[in-house]
Amino acid sequence: MTKHHVTTTVNGDTVEYLCDARETLLDCLRDKLNLTGAKEGCGTGDCGACSVTLDRRLVCSCLVLGVEAEGKQIETIEGMARGETLHPLQRKFIEHAALQCGVCTPGVLVAAKALLEKNPDPTEEEARYWLAGNLCRCTGYDKIIRAVLDTAAELREAS
Amino acid sequence: MQYHRPASFAEASDLAAHATGITRFLAGGTDVLVQLRSEIVTPDTLIDIKAIDGVRDITRHADGSWTLGVAVTGAEMSEHPQLGREWPGVVEAMDLIGSTQIQGRATPVGNLCNGSPAADSVPAMVAAGASVTVTGPAGDRVVAVEDIPTGPGKTSLAQGELISALHIPARGANGGDAYLRFIPRTEMDIAVVGVGVSLRVDGDTITEARVSLGAVAPTVLLVEECARALIGTTLDDTALAALAAAASAACKPIDDKRGTIEFRTEVAGVLAKRAAKIAYARAKGETA
Repeated sequence: MTKHHVTTTVNGDTVEYLCDARETLLDCLRDKLNLTGAKEGCGTGDCGACSVTLDRRLVCSCLVLGVEAEGKQIETIEGMARGETLHPLQRKFIEHAALQCGVCTPGVLVAAKALLEKNPDPTEEEARYWLAGNLCRCTGYDKIIRAVLDTAAELREAS
Repeated sequence: MQYHRPASFAEASDLAAHATGITRFLAGGTDVLVQLRSEIVTPDTLIDIKAIDGVRDITRHADGSWTLGVAVTGAEMSEHPQLGREWPGVVEAMDLIGSTQIQGRATPVGNLCNGSPAADSVPAMVAAGASVTVTGPAGDRVVAVEDIPTGPGKTSLAQGELISALHIPARGANGGDAYLRFIPRTEMDIAVVGVGVSLRVDGDTITEARVSLGAVAPTVLLVEECARALIGTTLDDTALAALAAAASAACKPIDDKRGTIEFRTEVAGVLAKRAAKIAYARAKGETA
């Protein structure tokens, strides 16, 4: 089967890969680009562990084909910190202990960043609904929500 | 699996018409890719229609009618400044589907073509009187939304045919719509029953109505008897009772783990009344 040559932008860098038409963007990120932050939980768009943004839109990378990424702008968890400096969300997740096993965390962080870019002052309800597609089996969600709302408050004060 | 990214609907139709085996069109992929990955449906030919001009456009025409491109997502509908003001039921129905991540990819046209009787956006589109342009080897034809699904997972589209645009009529004066569904939790679930209502009033009297039921029959239903129960009334208790009775009478549901036949039949009547009240208030310019 002929492989498809894809040129796309991931976290600001132009990257290329060859993929089979059936391979997902998640497969391509993890197996071809060694960006293993996005996780495969369910593989069917239910759990959100593979969340990335595609042209600034939050999506499950398990439900995007690798070939569809041609010419797109992709942001993953690997692009969130600036060198050694953590993104405020990452810092607040540590402060609030908003993670335990950590498998859902990259997806939650990417989704929460997309929320705060769209809505810098979400209510608790808005944050819970926005993050409803990110399943976490450890925390019970309260600490995640507290960390997100605390980050939002800090970012608003800073701006 | 062959992957194609045609530049026109004519080319997409031609590819599909000459393909052998299983063909699927790819827009948001929230059903097609789930079925692919679960090995429920493995297409031999996958035709990505997102490179066709205009498929992401939401256009309001001079007469107030709307055309939505086939790759317009739920998120784009919700973010549109005017669509949800004129057709709140259609936008809210689409917005009920899945998570934020799913909303970023899922399309109402895909929801329609997936053929699920429980598709949330479909009763709202049927109530709104929406139609689609179908492009095929013989050219284009316009088909009412309710004539697309023919059974669970099945549509009236022939080989080589695909939907190339979604049309929503002008809302016009004194109109309102609403969609409600029952699920046993607050979100992220499949409708046990769904009801779409669109109506128009003259003063307090309903002059036009369309009522559509989801998840209570092999396809989404357009129920004329429900419309007749509403037209000419002021949505008084007698009209609401007649509406509920007509909705329940139209149900031919299945029993499954999400709801029994009796439950779905009862709830269809209850939701029809509630949705009609919201649509009526919206038609009269009251907030609901």
